[in-house]
Amino acid sequence: MAEAGTSPTAPPRSFIWTRRVLLTLLALFTATPLYVMLSSSLKPLRDVTGAFRWFPSHLTVQPYLDIWRTVPLGRYFVNSLIVASAATACSVVIAVFAAYAVSRYRFRGKRLFTVTVLSTQMFPGILFLLPLFLLFVNIGNATGVALYGSRGGLILTYMTFTLPLSIWMLVGYFDSIPRDLDEAAQVDGCGPLGALLRVVVPAAVPGIVAVAIYSFMTAWGEVLFASVMTNDVTRTLAIGLQGYATQTEVYWNQIMAASLVVSVPVVAGFLLLQRYLVAGLTAGAVK
Amino acid sequence: MRRFRMAAAAALTTALTAALATGCGGGNAPGDTAGNGNPKELTYWATNQGSSVEADKKVLAPELKKFERRTGIKVHLEVVPWATLLDRILAAASSGQGPDVLNIGNTWSASLQKSGALLPFDGKTFAEVGGKERFASAPLAATGARGKDPAAVPLYSLTYALYYNKAMFREAGIEQPPTTWAELVADGKKLTRGGKYGLAVEGGNPVENAHHAFVFGKQHGADFFDAAGKPTFDRPANVAAVKQYVDLLANDRIAAPGNAEYAQNQSVRDFATGKAGMLLWQAARTSLLAHGMKPDEYGVAPVPFRSADASGRRNVNSMVAGINIGVFKNTDNLDGALKFVKFMTSTDEQNVLTTKYGSLSPVLAAQKHAPRTPDEAVLREVLAKSAEPLPQVPDEAQFETLVGGAMKELFADAAAGKKITTADVRARLTAAQQQMQK
Amino acid sequence: MIARIRRGGLPYLLLLPALALELLIHLVPMVIGIAMSFKRLTQEYIGNWGAAPWAGLDNFRLAVDFDAPAGRALLHSFAVTCAFTVLAVGLAWLLGVTAAILMQDTFRGRGLLRALFLTPYALPVYTAVITWSFLLQRDNGLVNHVLHDQLGITDSPTFWLVGDNSFTALVITSVWRTWPFAFLMLTAALQNIPRESYEAAQLDGAGIRRQIRHITLPALRPVNQVLVLVLFLWTFNDFNVPYVLFGKAAPEAADLISIHIYQASFETWNFGSGSAMSVLLLLFLLVVTAVYLLVTGRGRRGGHG
Repeated sequence: MAEAGTSPTAPPRSFIWTRRVLLTLLALFTATPLYVMLSSSLKPLRDVTGAFRWFPSHLTVQPYLDIWRTVPLGRYFVNSLIVASAATACSVVIAVFAAYAVSRYRFRGKRLFTVTVLSTQMFPGILFLLPLFLLFVNIGNATGVALYGSRGGLILTYMTFTLPLSIWMLVGYFDSIPRDLDEAAQVDGCGPLGALLRVVVPAAVPGIVAVAIYSFMTAWGEVLFASVMTNDVTRTLAIGLQGYATQTEVYWNQIMAASLVVSVPVVAGFLLLQRYLVAGLTAGAVK
Repeated sequence: MRRFRMAAAAALTTALTAALATGCGGGNAPGDTAGNGNPKELTYWATNQGSSVEADKKVLAPELKKFERRTGIKVHLEVVPWATLLDRILAAASSGQGPDVLNIGNTWSASLQKSGALLPFDGKTFAEVGGKERFASAPLAATGARGKDPAAVPLYSLTYALYYNKAMFREAGIEQPPTTWAELVADGKKLTRGGKYGLAVEGGNPVENAHHAFVFGKQHGADFFDAAGKPTFDRPANVAAVKQYVDLLANDRIAAPGNAEYAQNQSVRDFATGKAGMLLWQAARTSLLAHGMKPDEYGVAPVPFRSADASGRRNVNSMVAGINIGVFKNTDNLDGALKFVKFMTSTDEQNVLTTKYGSLSPVLAAQKHAPRTPDEAVLREVLAKSAEPLPQVPDEAQFETLVGGAMKELFADAAAGKKITTADVRARLTAAQQQMQK
Repeated sequence: MIARIRRGGLPYLLLLPALALELLIHLVPMVIGIAMSFKRLTQEYIGNWGAAPWAGLDNFRLAVDFDAPAGRALLHSFAVTCAFTVLAVGLAWLLGVTAAILMQDTFRGRGLLRALFLTPYALPVYTAVITWSFLLQRDNGLVNHVLHDQLGITDSPTFWLVGDNSFTALVITSVWRTWPFAFLMLTAALQNIPRESYEAAQLDGAGIRRQIRHITLPALRPVNQVLVLVLFLWTFNDFNVPYVLFGKAAPEAADLISIHIYQASFETWNFGSGSAMSVLLLLFLLVVTAVYLLVTGRGRRGGHG
């Protein structure tokens, strides 16, 4: 209803101009590499590896056909989708509960919990690699559940690795939601969980979406663990895309084409979620 | 109550940690030996030899079928990309959970040998796969430290050669490919004009740099490790060797400054597209053809020496590059694994595989046929006469990283216009060597 | 009585799944990693970690011996990482907050622009970084094409991927990839500011700048505190970006600590020494984080919030 652009208190001209200039610069910074990806994906390899040109002199869609032959892109995409979605779903649910506890309750060991969990983010990931692999192998030997080389192991890894920051970010969001809201709900007869699910979660939708995007993208792009924990069958995109840089040649045009192809669904997902980010506007404004 | 909970958590953590740290679950305790619990299946990690992982699968699939028909053993193939191979092997070695048979870069042999992750090929084991005598001596020397049982068996071999552009040579009035570095520099200067350069180098790639450092070092009569395996990077001869190579760009200026950042085989592309007249590379044929260069457009010659009459230990103009095939110590199908190694190194299979991959065979019997290409004739001769393996010491990887990395920095300095003196080179190499000391 | 226990137990129950996962998948490997730093864990013992001899503090001593090349290299790498982190986080935050505030009001094309801004973050790291390495090539890259060929700013084409400029290249690439995240978090946070606050301020005659300073920025504080910390930790330990941009051997000017540790442990198979460096890093980051939390007051609230 109160669209600022049309309201009588529209921003002053100087602000609009500053906005135009700054946003244009940012858009150029962001868009140029994307444009180069697009234009390179439509060039024959010979042109891509030659001197840079803004506009392709020979347009071809061949790279888009070749990408499926050079590496099993479809399989990698499905693997990444499964791993990233599952890790995100689990991570967000667990983080919401944990963040609610941290944000709304006093309990002993709270500081210990937050500090310890956060400290895991300070240890270089590479040093987790071998111990975690050993751990998975041992779990496998003891229980018969093969975690190494499987998607399950990767999901477990990613959801755990995104948890600490997810919890921390959500605590930030939950803290910014007035406490009166859920206290009122509890007075109205909701239990603490009811207050969480009916009041706090809806009000924190933008934050939750942001955290979900963080989890998803972390799992989507992670290189190191995926390189050691996956095999031919379970390999994810982040590793699979490296297949276009072979022993003999870097297929730049195919890298760009494949990247665009696999990113379209993700960007589309972002666009859909954007609505929820905005939908939070009303939710957050609930008095 | 809460204290108890925290104590319990701490105890659990400690217990799990202790269990792992003592290696009880690693499954690779020293006493562990290979078994035959799973005689009908094998897992094989192959290295990426052809143009892509998928292409390799196509090459290997019919051969693995052939093996299955003969032995009834099904081979599960995974072609592991180079970028992840060493990390995968390390994870496998530390956990005991890996393939039955695997390819390794032959320069890793000594390191893996020391790790004990691979089955040592003692006399008896080697006899089971056909015996040492079947292999050429140079590739065989690249299977582990001298005096120890080899960690693996040679599978594919490669050597460096000098590739030159025939048309560019003709235009510049050069009749013969150079045989000494002085000639190469002189020819390079003739070729360097009008935006084209005499030589393309892969200056941003530490591994390539280290390979050249090794060869130049040999030609200067020096080694990067002494007999005891201690690094000797900054000996005057090694400093001179590294400087001579870097000078191709820095001082002689026969390589384009941009070469300093090449690390993705751009030098091959530059050579194939006529931007540079010469290239020092291992078996470049497939790549050159892929870049659209025709076989009659380039010539192949041995890598030059310092003097035309180089002999003895200075008579080295290539490392022994190549792939070894090894058996993982924890295999549960030892007999099958050895059968597979024997199969892959059999004369027939070697003929098939080396033809498809354009590599040399380390198996003597598979070298008897006439060379399939002029390239092969040269490479074969180099392998037989003047190729030596990189130092077979456990710290070899560090040599490649540190010395190759130092050369990358030197190239970058030179390309940015800084003058490279002997003192600069020595300082870099000294720093590299000091980082080796533990 | 029962109700009391239930009330007291609820937070623990809520934390339980997170706690269990963190303990098993995160803390145990970390403790192992710390234990490794006291061992002489070279390739000889890789198959049987328990057999590796205890090294006492040797690994640490070597790492902090700044007179020796190994220690000096670590110190250099540490300095590079600090400079990189400050610059990259600062820039990413600045761009993020600017864009988020500027796009708070609706205007034509806002949705499209927002989608564009988020796109770099939607690309797999490998793609984003390899694209930049493509743009930053000396001879055939876009950056030199513009700076050198078209604008003529430089005398000769610049090296971005080797030599000193590689630091700049690293910062730019990192910022390009991370600022959309800051933008995303802040955009989400801005939704929680009631529109009425602005309207009231406008009625009071407050200009845009005052509105930003007195309404927007204070309201963003809680999220900013977390965001900056998160960006800091990420960037400091970032492995993916330098690894894809430079490969296993980063140029000296861009030798980030994560790559340095990777080299010390994986390339050279000396996991004890790599772990020792990691533990030192952990200690440093703990101190920085503690100071940060004390200064921003978040820790206090976390303590009895």
